[in-house]
Amino acid sequence: MDTIFALATARGKAGIAVVRMSGPMAHEVVLQLTGSLPPSRQASLRVLRWNGAVLDEAVVILFGAGASFTGEDSAELQLHGSTAVVSAVLRVLSTIDGMRLAEAGEFTRRALENGRLDLTQVEGLADLIDAETESQRKQAMRVLSGALSEKINLWRKDLVRGAALIEATIDFADEDVPVDVTPEVRAILTKLLLALSRELEGAKAAERVRDGFEVAIVGKPNVGKSTLLNALAGREAAITSEFAGTTRDVIEVRMDIGGLAVTLLDTAGLRQAVDKIEQIGIRRALERSGLADLRIFLVESSTDVLPLSPEHHDIVIFNKADERTGSDLAVSGKTGQGIDSLIELVMQRLSEKAASAGLLIRERQRIALVEAVTALESANRAMERAMLLPELVAADLRLAMRALEVLLGRIDVENLLDEIFLSFCIGK
Amino acid sequence: MKHFDVIVVGGGHAGAEAAAASARVGAKTCLITMRRAGIGVMSCNPAIGGLGKGHLVREIDALDGIMAVAADRAGIQFRLLNRRKGPAVQGPRAQADRRVYRDAVQSLLSAERHLTIIEGEVSALIVINGVVKGVALGDQSEVHARCVILTTGTFLNGVMHIGDQRNIGGRVGDRASIRLADQLLSLGLSQGRLKTGTPPRLDGRTINWDVLERQPGDDLPVMFSFLHTKPFLRQVSCGITHTNERTHAVVRENLAHSAMYGGHIEGIGPRYCPSIEDKVVRFSEKNSHQIFLEPEGLDDHTVYPNGISTSLPADVQESYVRTIAGLENVKITQPGYAIEYDYFDPRELKSTLELKAMPGVFLAGQINGTTGYEEAAAQGLVAGLNAAAASTGKPPAAFSRTESYIGVMVDDLTSRGVTEPYRMFTSRAEYRLTLRADNADQRLSPMGIATGCVGSVRRNAFEEKSIQLQSATSMLSATSFSTRDLLAVGISVSADGVRRSALEVMAFPDVTVAQISALAPSFAAYDGALQRQIGCDALYVQYAERQNREAAALRKEEAALIPEGLVFIGMPGLSAELSDKLSRVQPRNLAEAARIEGMTPAALTLILAHIRKDRRKVAAL
Repeated sequence: MDTIFALATARGKAGIAVVRMSGPMAHEVVLQLTGSLPPSRQASLRVLRWNGAVLDEAVVILFGAGASFTGEDSAELQLHGSTAVVSAVLRVLSTIDGMRLAEAGEFTRRALENGRLDLTQVEGLADLIDAETESQRKQAMRVLSGALSEKINLWRKDLVRGAALIEATIDFADEDVPVDVTPEVRAILTKLLLALSRELEGAKAAERVRDGFEVAIVGKPNVGKSTLLNALAGREAAITSEFAGTTRDVIEVRMDIGGLAVTLLDTAGLRQAVDKIEQIGIRRALERSGLADLRIFLVESSTDVLPLSPEHHDIVIFNKADERTGSDLAVSGKTGQGIDSLIELVMQRLSEKAASAGLLIRERQRIALVEAVTALESANRAMERAMLLPELVAADLRLAMRALEVLLGRIDVENLLDEIFLSFCIGK
Repeated sequence: MKHFDVIVVGGGHAGAEAAAASARVGAKTCLITMRRAGIGVMSCNPAIGGLGKGHLVREIDALDGIMAVAADRAGIQFRLLNRRKGPAVQGPRAQADRRVYRDAVQSLLSAERHLTIIEGEVSALIVINGVVKGVALGDQSEVHARCVILTTGTFLNGVMHIGDQRNIGGRVGDRASIRLADQLLSLGLSQGRLKTGTPPRLDGRTINWDVLERQPGDDLPVMFSFLHTKPFLRQVSCGITHTNERTHAVVRENLAHSAMYGGHIEGIGPRYCPSIEDKVVRFSEKNSHQIFLEPEGLDDHTVYPNGISTSLPADVQESYVRTIAGLENVKITQPGYAIEYDYFDPRELKSTLELKAMPGVFLAGQINGTTGYEEAAAQGLVAGLNAAAASTGKPPAAFSRTESYIGVMVDDLTSRGVTEPYRMFTSRAEYRLTLRADNADQRLSPMGIATGCVGSVRRNAFEEKSIQLQSATSMLSATSFSTRDLLAVGISVSADGVRRSALEVMAFPDVTVAQISALAPSFAAYDGALQRQIGCDALYVQYAERQNREAAALRKEEAALIPEGLVFIGMPGLSAELSDKLSRVQPRNLAEAARIEGMTPAALTLILAHIRKDRRKVAAL
């Protein structure tokens, strides 16, 4: 039995966000995240860590089997309601073996299976399902119109072909089928892996269009990052002073830039700090700006030394435009000089990212794609022994098909047999 | 008047296995056939087993059935197909001496205490107030029983075609059961028409074997039955030859005379077993097709040329066959023919193979749209066990997709139906890595022992093997070895400092029994088949864990039974399209519902909710 998880609250920025887990591994996973199991049915504050890195500080509640909504071992993580935190936690959970994102209605289904719902609740379920199927229908319509359906059909064809070639060498070994199908299967796997990975990139951007982009302002201490944030936000969101290291924590401001939802992050100035609290602030600054979709490097001179270097797309801009001469790209938070062109530039960069947004807009679809990629990579490794153990390649391909059923519809053995009988003269 | 628990109509592979299974569990059983001498006849090619099919035979054997034992006794060439691939996809296959096979089946049946064999034509079912009471024979006599299993094969409205000649009958020299067929049709069962073909039979003495490639059996033959270790008969080779451009030219010129291409046949043929006409037309780019020349017996000169089945006229058959290398002067002893026959939509059956429309009547074999001796026998076994259980008030014998190829086949047939003659392939089994020929006994014998269909000899052998298996497995996991220990016996492994048990080491590619025995000396003392099985389990262990998780989820869905007659139309929250599909398919459990195209998890939840609601109502009454 898999352990399932899902975000129980609405997506987007909110006070808190609740992630629910249910199944045999729920408590064990909490233990892995927190290092100690809180007492059952008692709200407990815990720091969630994964691979040494802090994910969030959360209120954790455990429910034992027989005393939970689903009737199984369950847990609730009440996180800070930040989309970044939620995404990070969901992503971590989806990498744990035996854990997977819940299907629509699955918590309710498990509650039913374990006899935890009464009759009136069952009646109420129909409404819920109406809502779900309606949104699924709309989503399917959107996804299946135009470009993506074409793409999906090609993936489907390739997957069926690849699996059929392998199955042909297994089930018709005594027949007139090619002995070595590995070159064609390898080519198909390479092609599919490339296409799916590219779609995953797009999926990330699509998620941003919905949930908002993160833009981090980074730079040395006292270059005017907080002043710039306030100027961009049009209000005094961050404290500013002439002292280096004023900003300690990450400060977030939600704003609209050219129709795109953006969360602007002000971060601690980057330097070798002695102060313990400032060190923590700098570590957070690095973490959050590393995950951000775009970084604005506010620099004093082109020789500023920073522990983070600009990536493709990032913006590097000089500070104190009011005190400079020359045509270099510069901005002044104090006078507002250059703010409009900076906003223009941010909008342009984010629009480029938004344009690459794939059509896979749901976390569920993204996870399906990740699972498929994992299975295809495993198939690729199994190809090393494809002549000796083709059944392992076939098992991986089957897993990839199952993962992609969300997108491709069901592929069953009849589709493979159709392809085999069409391509090869079977029947000695 | 004769009274039985179970009547089996038909003495083919489905009938023989059904009668044996029913009698084994102690039901008073009667097998009725037109010709006693025809019981166990192989009417098509003289071979048993193959990929997927071999798995079925091993499973039949695990339940103490007769097919594996008869095939071993009659085997004259044993080959393990896919020998160089992984154990999950290896399939045992044997050429069988036709006469010895038939005799073996007949003697195995006559050894069954609870089985009576009657010769006669069943003309009708006796049905009183919608309940089956037995069968009426052509001579007006009656035989009574609680359950009747029909295994009438291609005898149902069978028509044979050789060119434009048509004959009514199932097999050369047999009559067709038209009266029984009409009665079944009047039940309103939906039905379809299929076809199959045979090649001309050749006189082996007129084949020029000297110019032909030979295909011998394996040096170490693998038997079908868990109880056998080596062949009973002298072993022979098959011959291999090929069609050529001249053969294809003759076929092409005469296509208009072919029953199939001349428009005389409406039935749908199997795509995996095309006639020579099909091959020439559909794969016109190929200028040669392989033919296996299979001997039909040790003291029988007949040769079965596998790969050139046909419905061309007899004289055309002779002229195309004689274009083939080695067959220039061959004599045809019996021309090839195509046969058309009716089948009933197997979706009309429960998973026990009992007709939903008429309790007490079971169908097995080609009548359900399948092809092949093995598929027929496996269905016979299922029908036999379940008819016996039904007639004696015992719970049904259930076969799950997660546990056996038999379960895969029964589920495919009863939930999805057929569009062409259904044949087993390993790719149909989604849990292929765990449903292996080598572990069929571990999967099924316990159920066989529980239902009483496994006799004491096999039971003792099985229990002994299980003990050995357990002791070997725990011995192999008891001690762990360093990378240096492993290198010392020639097993290459990266020096990662991890200690591994001998069992874990067996998952590595190319590790030999000798190397494992060097690590754990007592392993050498175990039986070879047992050593191999442990190796197979170790090889797939990682994949198997994943599949086991999936299988557990499926079994749970299978266990969620949907009450018969649950009304889907108008169920709040269900789309019109889905409720329509559900009403048509009438799934029996949640797993079947899940396989319906377009099904959503949300809709499944809703159905489950209704099942619960229903059950509570029942409980409250």
